[in-house]
Amino acid sequence: MYSLEHKKYLKKIKLTNFLIRFTQISIILIFVFLWQFLADNNLINTFISSSPKSIINTIINLYKDGSLFHHIWITFYEVLISFLIATVGGIVIATFLWRYKFISKVIDPYLTILNSLPKVSLGPIIIIIAGAGTKSIVIMALFISIIITIINVHQAFINTDKNKIRLLQSFKAKPYQIYFKLILPSNYNNLINVCKVNIGLIFIGVIMGEFLVSKAGVGYLIMYGSQVFNLNLVMTGIIILAIMASLMYYLIVFIEKRLNK
Amino acid sequence: MDILKVKNLKKIYHTKKNEILAVDNFSLNLKQGEFVAIVGPSGCGKSTILSILCGLDKASEGKIEIDKNLKYGYMLQSDNLFEWRTIYKNCLLGLELENKLTKENIKYVNKLLDTYGLKEFKKSYPSNLSGGMRQRASLIRTLATKPDILFLDEPFSALDYQTRLAVSDDVYKIIKKENKSAIIVTHDLSEAISMADRVIVLTNRPSKIKNIYEIKLTNKSSPIQNRKAKEFAYYYDKIWKDIDYHV
Repeated sequence: MYSLEHKKYLKKIKLTNFLIRFTQISIILIFVFLWQFLADNNLINTFISSSPKSIINTIINLYKDGSLFHHIWITFYEVLISFLIATVGGIVIATFLWRYKFISKVIDPYLTILNSLPKVSLGPIIIIIAGAGTKSIVIMALFISIIITIINVHQAFINTDKNKIRLLQSFKAKPYQIYFKLILPSNYNNLINVCKVNIGLIFIGVIMGEFLVSKAGVGYLIMYGSQVFNLNLVMTGIIILAIMASLMYYLIVFIEKRLNK
Repeated sequence: MDILKVKNLKKIYHTKKNEILAVDNFSLNLKQGEFVAIVGPSGCGKSTILSILCGLDKASEGKIEIDKNLKYGYMLQSDNLFEWRTIYKNCLLGLELENKLTKENIKYVNKLLDTYGLKEFKKSYPSNLSGGMRQRASLIRTLATKPDILFLDEPFSALDYQTRLAVSDDVYKIIKKENKSAIIVTHDLSEAISMADRVIVLTNRPSKIKNIYEIKLTNKSSPIQNRKAKEFAYYYDKIWKDIDYHV
């Protein structure tokens, strides 16, 4: 049995957590209702700002003509492909650079330049080379995320505890043993964090790519909406994106938790 | 029988700006079952000697003769247990690396864990163990590969004083019981005198041998008991003066 004080303590934690959730939900509800209220009373221009009701209607219409999940699927597919290539490729290249210090020193300035270059400027070249299609979008997303992935993972790898490496060397461990027994497992948390950052970057890349070339996808919806001055469609696209991005993020958190068990 | 012979060892470190002579003219003979301590001012290059002896670093000059059949084990200042492995898995690390996970070796590790009080902690992770237990686990990891010579580089300096006394007593008993030879590098004079059969005192950088003391104590037994021997203060005083600390 707990003491009275401990019960009070637990109660207080519960109350605080409840208040945090309550406030969070209140903010979004107030925002949505205020938005709708202002729109209903013509206090804001609904042509530009749209309104929650018209967004919901737009979603329903998209669903009815069957294109809602088509667009979501296209974007999701592009994100997934780019994410897998960027993360796996980035880690493999970082491993290579960790193993061969000479090469890592040689390409260091090039990586820095590529990293600071605004990748969207490569858009036209990518389109000319890879064509106006999914390929270009994936390449765009890759450019945005893989460089920073390589830099971050490589940094994490070379910061691995030197004493632990010495210990393994004292057992005459070979480089591949050091990599699999120490470097990878000790950087587990860093790799998960790289994945979390990557999801955000990949979304930026994919949407940017869809703005430039696509015929379908959520980025296309937004672009198309703005071109025909259908701001309902633009707002709807943004809302769908927000939901998708957070779902992907929680998916990684979920996978992380499963792996930690 | 000398199982390890070091003759005129010299080590130069090269940096862009200059070269630093770290160790000069260091010689040492180690007998089977002998426990040798190397003491000296901090930064004098004690640890360098150990890393050269176990092959992690290259000597600039000098000769190291070690029987090809002999194996060495290396124990560092921090226990370096891998936080994501259980104690049991940590102890098997050396065997894994050398591809020697035989039934017999695994049995030996289990026996060591049982004998040295870590039986109930096999499935625990390092973070759940006290500093002393962690250091014992790290010793078992080293012993698992059955080394003939142990190189101990300030193995207890990360521990608080009480634990340190207890663990050095433990480790000493384990090493003696398994009949291993050992070279310990330490800056703690009492630790050196209480554990070693022979103490080598080094000078400031570049470190050369200043003096060698055969430690002869009445009723020599475990380190904690040895501290009570009447000759203890005599050696302590001698070595202290040799090192010539400037405060």
